[in-house]
Parts: sequence; C-alpha cells; structure tokens
Amino acid sequence: MAKSIRIRANAKGDVVLVKALLTHPMETGLRKDKKTGKKIPANYIQEVDCTHNGKTVMTAQWAGAVSKNPYLSFKFGGGKSGDTVGIAWVDNLGKKDSIETKVK
Amino acid sequence: MQRRTFLKGSLAGTTVAVAVGAGLLSPRAVLAAWPKSAFAAKTVQDALSAIYGSADTSPSNDIKIKAPDIAENGAVVPVTISTSIPGISDIAIIVEKNGLPLAANFKLSSSSKGFVATRIKMGKTSNVIAVVKAGGKSYSARKDVKVTIGGCGG
Repeated sequence: MAKSIRIRANAKGDVVLVKALLTHPMETGLRKDKKTGKKIPANYIQEVDCTHNGKTVMTAQWAGAVSKNPYLSFKFGGGKSGDTVGIAWVDNLGKKDSIETKVK
Repeated sequence: MQRRTFLKGSLAGTTVAVAVGAGLLSPRAVLAAWPKSAFAAKTVQDALSAIYGSADTSPSNDIKIKAPDIAENGAVVPVTISTSIPGISDIAIIVEKNGLPLAANFKLSSSSKGFVATRIKMGKTSNVIAVVKAGGKSYSARKDVKVTIGGCGG
C-alpha cells in the first residue's frame, strides 16, 4: 500500500535529486473543529526515512507544523541512474507507508 | 465475507494492541529517535537546546533560505534550504513565532548534499530560521516571511 506517496528521483551527474509528495492530513492537534468546537486530534508524520540502495541517506523528523500533504525534496551524492531510492514514513499513530523507485 | 473482514480486522487490532501493550510496536519504538522534547519546546532556545544540545548558533552566510517574502496562505509556505557548509549532519527549520517553533529536523548522512525543501505552516508573520549543524557546531540563517492568512488556526 504505497498510495500515499508519489516519488521521483533524477540523477544529474552523481547527484540525485529526490522529490516526493506524501498524502497525509498533518493535523497539529491544536486546531478546532468549527462545527463542534472540539479539538481535532493530532495526526502527523513524525519520521520520514529516505534510503538509497537500502542505506539511509536522510531522515526527516517532522512536527505538525509541516503542511498538509507534505512535499519533500532532498539531494544526495554517489547515486546513478537505475539505483533504488526508497521513502518510508511513520506518523504519531504508528501508521506507516513506504515506496521505492528507480533513479532516472 | 463480512464476517471474514470483521475477524481479520479484530484480529489485526488485537495483535497491534498486544504489541503496543508490550511496548514492542509503540510509535516511540518504531521511531528511532524522534526528539519529542524538542518538538514540544515552546521557544526557539528550548527547541535548539533539546535537539542540538546547545542554543548557541553562529550566523552564517553560507546558508540560503528560499521562501516567499509574503506568504498569502500560512498553511502552505514553501521553504528550501541549501548550504555549502561541509560535513553537515542536521538541518532544522524553525518558525520563530509558531506556538511550537521547531517544524522539521532533517538528519543527513555523509552522502547527503546540503539541500532540503518542504512546505510548512506558519501562524503569523515571523522569521524562518534555518539551523545547520556541521562538525559539532551550529550555524544559522534567518528570513522574514510575512503571512497574510495564518495557517495554524481553525
């Protein structure tokens, strides 16, 4: 089930630029429901693990202050076309999703 | 069919509950080191001390923050941070006037380049501070972003 992530990785020389769009409500837990006046419980991605050929290259630690349906982009060196890039997220409720793609 | 789905669901639920109860599958255990205290800190200083061990940062011109001067919608403020400082291990994005200032922290490996981009929420006009940790030292840069409509309220 990797429907919550869209990913693209492009190599330029040996530097790979990864762009990813995650689908997630990213509720801070501070917002109130306008109709009921009750607080909407927090639900946000806490950690995004980004791997290159199975090795972690970047770990993003997030709070509720990251926008809804988060966008993430980063670069790493030593990669080439055809390599595998993976992204996996875990939210504060323990829900998770991951995806892998090939570098173009 | 319905019964099967129900059974599956309840079974999975129980397994997870048991695992959580045993502390095996709690979010804390799954997450390597999500720095809760840093994200719960209410001031920039506290957040920095919690995440990097020290609130001292030296201003650096080698950190570039790309963010709009005026953000019409505070719920989605694109921020790109790039730096040429060698040996970086962390990049943090802090919004000075958010209730919880620390928005994101990126832990980089040795092969990472000093570049991250994401979109953050901003409650009101504030400085966006990028803190880069490299070789045990912290460097910072800031950029003022004006927010027309806040992104943290309901």
